[in-house]
Amino acid sequence: MALKTEHMVLNMGPQHPSTHGVLRLELEIEGELVRKVTPHLGYLHRCFEKHAEAMQYNQVVPYTDRLDYLASISNNLGYALAVEKLMGIEVPERVEYIRVIMSELQRIASHLVAIGSNGADIGALTPFLYLFRDREHILSIIEETCGARMLYNYIWVGGLSHDIHPDFVRKTKEFCNYFKPTIVELDNLLSYNKIFIERTANIGVLPVDTAINFGASGPTLRGSGIKFDLRRDDPYSIYDRFDFEIPVGKGLMGTVGDCWDRYYVRIREMEQSLRIIEQAIDHIPDGDVQSAIPKRIKPPKGTVYKRVENPRGELGYFIVSDGSVNPFRVKVRAPSFVNLEVLGELCKGYLVADIIAILGSIDIVLGEVDR
Amino acid sequence: MYQYFYDLTGNTILATLIVAVFPLVNVLIVALIGVYLERKVSAWIQDRVGPNRTGPFGLFQTVADFVKMLQKEDATAKDIDSKLYNIAPVLVFTGSFAAYAAIPFSSKLIGSEAEVGLFYVIAISSLVVGGILMAGWSSNNKYSLLGAMRSAAQIISYEIPTAIIVLSIVMLTGTLSLDKISNMQTAYFWNWNIFGGAEFGITKFLLIPFMIVGFIIIFISTLAEVNRTPFDIPEAESELVAGYFTEYCGMKWAMFMLSEYGNMFAVSAIVSILFFGGYHSPIGYLGNTLGIEWLIPFEQAFWFLAKGWFFILVQMWLRWTLPRLRVDQLMSLCWKYLIPYAFVNLIIIGVISLL
Amino acid sequence: MKEYFRNTWLGIYTVLVGMKITFKHLFTPAVTIQYPEVKLKLPERERNRLYVNMDDCIGCDQCSRACPVSCIEIETVKSIPGEDLGVTSNGKKKALWVTKFNIDFAKCCYCQLCVFPCPTECIYMTDIFEFSEYDRNNLVYKFATLSEEEAQEKKLNFEKFTAEKEAQKAAAAAKPKDDQKTAS
Repeated sequence: MALKTEHMVLNMGPQHPSTHGVLRLELEIEGELVRKVTPHLGYLHRCFEKHAEAMQYNQVVPYTDRLDYLASISNNLGYALAVEKLMGIEVPERVEYIRVIMSELQRIASHLVAIGSNGADIGALTPFLYLFRDREHILSIIEETCGARMLYNYIWVGGLSHDIHPDFVRKTKEFCNYFKPTIVELDNLLSYNKIFIERTANIGVLPVDTAINFGASGPTLRGSGIKFDLRRDDPYSIYDRFDFEIPVGKGLMGTVGDCWDRYYVRIREMEQSLRIIEQAIDHIPDGDVQSAIPKRIKPPKGTVYKRVENPRGELGYFIVSDGSVNPFRVKVRAPSFVNLEVLGELCKGYLVADIIAILGSIDIVLGEVDR
Repeated sequence: MYQYFYDLTGNTILATLIVAVFPLVNVLIVALIGVYLERKVSAWIQDRVGPNRTGPFGLFQTVADFVKMLQKEDATAKDIDSKLYNIAPVLVFTGSFAAYAAIPFSSKLIGSEAEVGLFYVIAISSLVVGGILMAGWSSNNKYSLLGAMRSAAQIISYEIPTAIIVLSIVMLTGTLSLDKISNMQTAYFWNWNIFGGAEFGITKFLLIPFMIVGFIIIFISTLAEVNRTPFDIPEAESELVAGYFTEYCGMKWAMFMLSEYGNMFAVSAIVSILFFGGYHSPIGYLGNTLGIEWLIPFEQAFWFLAKGWFFILVQMWLRWTLPRLRVDQLMSLCWKYLIPYAFVNLIIIGVISLL
Repeated sequence: MKEYFRNTWLGIYTVLVGMKITFKHLFTPAVTIQYPEVKLKLPERERNRLYVNMDDCIGCDQCSRACPVSCIEIETVKSIPGEDLGVTSNGKKKALWVTKFNIDFAKCCYCQLCVFPCPTECIYMTDIFEFSEYDRNNLVYKFATLSEEEAQEKKLNFEKFTAEKEAQKAAAAAKPKDDQKTAS
């Protein structure tokens, strides 16, 4: 005669210090072990795709900023590349170089937030502040050029909104020199700390076939050992001219594909971004950044799907045009939305405290998930 | 000390009151300065400034916090168990405050010179567990319940390494009274227990590495007793909002905070008495050299407070450096690592002390 | 067994390394500034509150059409020939009375798309960012320089003018029939 027991339902509600935004997780727990996780989305839905149908093509760009608000330049870039492909516009060399440098700077800034909040969820509050201090340098470099610190509206269809500031090259080089010792310090403080390793190694192991079946991308996929990066496998802009490596998770501190591997991939990606910036910064050709911007954007009828490597994964834009000045349909394939599905698979059999660590390592931004 | 005040006033109740108020004042001052110092130290570690607007250098920040908490509405949820809910903060505060009865602040300022002072301190500080469980259960909140369960497991488990290390010191010194243990480490700093104790000989040098190991173990386990990071799971700010005191507001929450800082000072005091010489100074007394007899107890109180505050600062330093341990890792740290090391330490110290 | 001792050693060693780093940071100066007394100097391309110089505005409505959130409202009245509205700073002659020019800063997303199409560069972004209000209606900034009565007067003038023109046109359309009749 067994006792009737049922699992306790715990609600990690929309307001929680560590769910990276307004995400509601419904956990069914048995003591401290988690049996099932159900995410509930939609608390940040702002009808981006419907808005885009009412706007002209160049007016959609400020809206794309607000999708993944921590990596705005990648969002702008994806949209601009998609419309340029539809219209067949060729942008000048100078624009391509500046786009790559800005993308890589944005990648470093976004990874800094991801790593910082990962550490803060686990309890190490100090590296969070150190990383934000470094992020200030990047934001002020970009602020000098385009005027805003977070939602840039910088990469337009056919070019850029402003040419780079005269101090840009010097300040970026100073930043690269400043940032390298900081990564070493971060490694010593957080990555190789025994307590951090205990909290994240062997937790949330994502097997390779699950990752591919769910369509994960970005550091979530690369942490499981697969070397797939859109900058190398489906090159856009001028990434094929630069020499950089793609870090993958090797299971250095536990199994391949655990939280520590995903965290480690992000840190090494920051180093590779620095490498790309250093290769590109000295060779920016001259030119006019606004020469290829069309007066009126009226693409021919057709559809296009273009994908770029967001810091969180594969960001894709699917645009249907019916020949008028407003797009007929803009669909965004958001990487965080797809990566969030993996959470249900990863969380079985771990403790409540691990859910926080796993969510932090997948690195979602609710603006993208809910659009 | 009680005798002194009894002679002064001739009344048992008045004397008891004065003797009891003295550690209360100390706890309040520790909480006052502790909160301010925590915020300042955390700010300096994180390259920022900390409170600097309320008063010069932000010194009145805690006073402002206290006034804010006093005037808060005591909003309680509807479905709580009110008897348990109201008793819980009292119990937690009592558990940590009562430990001060046996701690010697200087050779004249001791609450009670009981022969079993050390045993009493360890026993009474376990009263806190009851208070925490009551707080978690009566809040009618799943998060609080989780926090309280974890905290109970943590405090009970970490009593054991503390007790074993205390046993090894007791074996060495042969007495349970805190006052006598301090007095055995008198004169200069090489007489401290961490450097092997007062008797000169081959045993003193043999003991040093084991004393250091013992100090590390007791420091870690007392850190877990007071729920500080890396063991602050009961109040994990980013997981459970605030753990077992989520539903408390106003003065009741202030009681929990006071008891946390009071507890911090109490365990720092215990560690410094057991290993670092209690209230004796490391470099001799100014009163002795100048010939002023009555200065010595004040100097002793000064050194005692200095040592207590030094350990509190180390605890704060650790809090802002390390991430948090998970519950089962905390348990495995205690039972699989600290207890075996503590036992081996105990046996070896026992063997050496026989030599 | 070896794993056990290795874990212990690593635990203690990495904690001490971390403590050394934070100890070093205890003595580095703060990177924050004391905000209301000390303010950072913002770069010149900074995008904060908009400002419209009404002397240069020709009422072309380009900025309102470029705005993605429709926060600019412009109403204009055509001027009667013979009225002199003045010249903009780059020499163009103005031909429209701007009776209403409201920008609702609660809606503005500070994207700067309105600055580029302006032919006279009269709308631009300043570096003022401390303009919070207690009432949301105070965030609607009215830039038009004509008062209510003047705006009404201009409208009436224009309506009278168009009515007169209509009447003249109707009279001119009726006249050639008469001429033809008399001519033949």
